[in-house]
Amino acid sequence: MKKVYGSASEALDGLLSDGMLIAAGGFGLCGIPELLIDAIVESGVKDLTVASNNAGVDDFGLGKLLATRQIKKMMSSYVGENAEFMRQYLSGELELEFNPQGTLAERMRAGGCGIPGFYTKTGVGTMIAEGKEVKQFDGEDFILERGIFADLSIVKAWKADDTGNLVFRKTARNFNPPAAMCGKVCVAEVEEIVPRGALDPDAIHLPGIYVHRIVQGDHEKRIEQRTTRKREEA
Amino acid sequence: MPWDRNQMAARAAQELEDGWYVNLGIGIPTLVANYVGDKDITLQSENGMLGMGPFPYEGEEDPDLINAGKQTITELNRTSYFDSATSFGMIRGGKIAAAILGAMEVAENGDLANWMIPGKLVKGMGGAMDLVAGVGRVIVVMDHQNKAGESKVLKACTLPLTGTGVVDRIITNLGVLDVVEGGLKIVETADGVTEDDIRAATEATIV
Repeated sequence: MKKVYGSASEALDGLLSDGMLIAAGGFGLCGIPELLIDAIVESGVKDLTVASNNAGVDDFGLGKLLATRQIKKMMSSYVGENAEFMRQYLSGELELEFNPQGTLAERMRAGGCGIPGFYTKTGVGTMIAEGKEVKQFDGEDFILERGIFADLSIVKAWKADDTGNLVFRKTARNFNPPAAMCGKVCVAEVEEIVPRGALDPDAIHLPGIYVHRIVQGDHEKRIEQRTTRKREEA
Repeated sequence: MPWDRNQMAARAAQELEDGWYVNLGIGIPTLVANYVGDKDITLQSENGMLGMGPFPYEGEEDPDLINAGKQTITELNRTSYFDSATSFGMIRGGKIAAAILGAMEVAENGDLANWMIPGKLVKGMGGAMDLVAGVGRVIVVMDHQNKAGESKVLKACTLPLTGTGVVDRIITNLGVLDVVEGGLKIVETADGVTEDDIRAATEATIV
């Protein structure tokens, strides 16, 4: 089966529909599928629900899909960097479902593993628990959280082989593996596609069974908070 | 004299024990890393890293290497990387010995509020709810009062909660308090601050 596509638009061809649920990898602007997001903007698909830890910034990442009003609802843990997001949310134009960060990651992982729900103590006694089943285990309260089963996953990796085996780089791994796992179809954009056999089988972070389409491209990889220290004088 | 930000961070660093895996929040908690001295402490960053190093030298920033505050950082020779589900597995699973984090309000029963001001500030809880529910010990570092001079150490939180009954110890500019049966117990006062000063600045019950 051919998994390698020539462009992000080609890789998404036939996969997009209005009202669909998309799981996106990335943390802040680190390890985000920036090329696939741009291609979704171009496609014009609308009323999307997007599960992603963050919502990009105004002019980069998922912020672009917010600017074009293609997103109806976000499932996120932290959206503090995006002024347009805040405006749309406070005016009621955008739905927002806050998920604790670990709960969001586990909901994706669970969905990818065929697990429809799990109990966690995260959020017990807070707003997050409202309307959710509470169950006691060994005298302690836990709340029921649902697995996420997405229509489409979009992720960013460092390297892939043509069978879809993925390797991530440093903290750009973040939400990408669980996001990839929970979609019916997963499209991965990578910095480099290497020949079959070039990746060490013991060092593959996500096996190709989870990855259906791959596209290679140039990434801007924007830095959100550039922090440095001074060199000590010799 | 009440403690300044660095003195609060230095005091918080005394809480950490050799061999611990620790998660530090944004703000004053980040400064705690500067005061751990010779102790063997491994810092976790919940976006997927154990063994977080200092900020990079200028020109050596790597967009693929950031902490949970989205700041560029560096790795150490002990560092490991993993995905977010694994990261919160170790947090939820109680493998992280302690979290040091900031707060908007803390109540005498250990309730914590630090993620939302309804109608004003809607950023999200990030990993805070998972951390306070999962780690071994929760230590809050914050100013004792807000800018209007009102106590942030309360009988009951007024803001949406991050967790219920989760805080073990509070380190403020005035001193150190523990959450105990019936209220808060003063453990230590900052130099020149008296227990009466702390009582006067605190709405919560002090036992």
